[in-house]
Amino acid sequence: MIGLLSYLVFFATVATILAIAVLGLNLQWGNTGLFNGGVAAFFGAGAYGTLILGGTPQAGHLGGFAMPYPLALLGGMAVAAALAWGVGRLTLKLRHDYLAIATFGVAVAFENVMRNAEWLSGGAKGLRGFERPLQEGIGSGLAYNALYLAFVASLLLLTYLFLERLVSSPFGRLLRAIREDEEAARSLGKNPAKVRLTAFVTGSVIMGMAGGLYATFYAFVSPQDVLPILTFQIWAMLIVGGAGNNRGAILGAFLMWGAWTASGWALSRHAPVEAQIYAGSIQYVLIGSVIVGMLLWRPQGLFPERLVVSQSGGATRPAPAK
Amino acid sequence: MIQHLVDGVLVGAIYALGAIGLTMVMHMLRFANFSHAELLSVGAYAALVFEKLFSALAPPLAAKIGPLSMSLALALAVLVSMAITAATAVLIDKLVFKRIRERGEELSMVFASFGVALIVRNVIGLVFGLGTTLYSREIPFAMVLSLDPLILVRPDQIFTLSAALLLMVILHLVLSRTTFGYSLRAVAENPALAQIAGVNLRRIVIAVWVIGGGLAAAAGVFYGLTNQITPMIGRDLLMPVFAATIVGGIGSIYGAAAGGFLVGLAANLALVILPSGYSPSVPFLIILLVLSFRPSGIFASERA
Repeated sequence: MIGLLSYLVFFATVATILAIAVLGLNLQWGNTGLFNGGVAAFFGAGAYGTLILGGTPQAGHLGGFAMPYPLALLGGMAVAAALAWGVGRLTLKLRHDYLAIATFGVAVAFENVMRNAEWLSGGAKGLRGFERPLQEGIGSGLAYNALYLAFVASLLLLTYLFLERLVSSPFGRLLRAIREDEEAARSLGKNPAKVRLTAFVTGSVIMGMAGGLYATFYAFVSPQDVLPILTFQIWAMLIVGGAGNNRGAILGAFLMWGAWTASGWALSRHAPVEAQIYAGSIQYVLIGSVIVGMLLWRPQGLFPERLVVSQSGGATRPAPAK
Repeated sequence: MIQHLVDGVLVGAIYALGAIGLTMVMHMLRFANFSHAELLSVGAYAALVFEKLFSALAPPLAAKIGPLSMSLALALAVLVSMAITAATAVLIDKLVFKRIRERGEELSMVFASFGVALIVRNVIGLVFGLGTTLYSREIPFAMVLSLDPLILVRPDQIFTLSAALLLMVILHLVLSRTTFGYSLRAVAENPALAQIAGVNLRRIVIAVWVIGGGLAAAAGVFYGLTNQITPMIGRDLLMPVFAATIVGGIGSIYGAAAGGFLVGLAANLALVILPSGYSPSVPFLIILLVLSFRPSGIFASERA
């Protein structure tokens, strides 16, 4: 019973953290129409940033600034912001494919550098020597994990409320205006490149926070945590939930993370031993099929964006997932 | 240093073949196709299957050609593989991209191409195994071009380079000397106007996939011949090929060819100063440099 309960807490914590990242992506893709192919890099920037700033001194690599936890987490988010600003500034003025290619490239390069730069990140062995905040007082058992779940859940709620306010604010209308018709927005005196950059950096900071929380939970991060598959998982969560709809994005995260862990469990349990090394490939095919299948048959997701036309009549129409 | 230059040109030819197809697709269909590099894997494995098949059916074909590690069977298999890969590209378009395109969602196509890439790469891994294979177990002797400094070139590399250049010349002649080439370029310039002039747009789209798939298959086999065959060919060559299209300017076929060689050279020269572990990051650095200083590409055509 305790075993099941602690597993549920563990599952919910990871799903909640991923849901925060999905919310960040939703601001970029769902609300602004920006293609971020490198979610893993911004997630990873937050993760590595938090652990390097908040960890205890380590021999052999950078880090151990032992900053108070909130500062470390904010620092991680700042690292993600800096990365996003650099990439966004170069690519957001160009044709949309450039952002897709450049962000995908960032993720490849980020993972590659973290794997090789031992002085910075501990290399392939990953980054250790981080103490989870308040661990001494509470201990590392179920109680701590339950408290941590409450902490990440409240951050998820805060992120959700922040984004809901943002999306219904004039700035949110501006984002949708640019997504739907850039020329029209420009003719009204808006600066699409600047607005896009703001949305891109904000979304990436949210991903960075998710990464920081993820690394805090495990008190460890390694290049294995920032592989491109993470980007695809988060994408699949958003497209299943429904791009443009924050509640859908959260539900999609829980649904897809459930499907991912369940399929991993089923494969490890029922697949023959000699087929075990292919379990990953099967899961990747499943993720790819979910992405392609959703785009073909239900591009608006399970919980479509509800666009409220602000003219009289208040008609709603499904989102043209663009 | 000179060895790096030589290796850069040789691998550059492979990038160029991949980039030419990718840039055509990106320009005609207006989306960054992240599944293009998987066509290289499809080509490499299709050739592997048919090489085995031809050698089994007609054992004399299994003999090596001159100093190459390539057999006659593999030479034939390349042609079959180009056809199969072209058909695969057309099929993927029909099943996935065309249906999304008809709804008018360019960004969703980029997104779908990630999904397609995941499916293709891992299905190949499931069918052929995750390990590496080679077309031939024999280790071909390298030719010593010069002793001081030591420069080594394998006959396979020379063959690969000449075959790649030959394919590019053929493509150039087709594009510049035939009615088909004119219609293809007309569509690239202005799809609506080309249709008014009687060009069948649907046929041109299929032609673009056929050319892209065929060149990708050749590139995949050449890569397998000079390195090794793994299901990760697509993953490993994705960024170099994208870098080549961006260096050349998206939409410029000649730019993509030149970009391929440039990326090959730059990636190999970078190894002079960087530890080899960092080589997967080099294409991204090249992309960053180009986007910072000349976003429309070094060889930008005015239409890019």
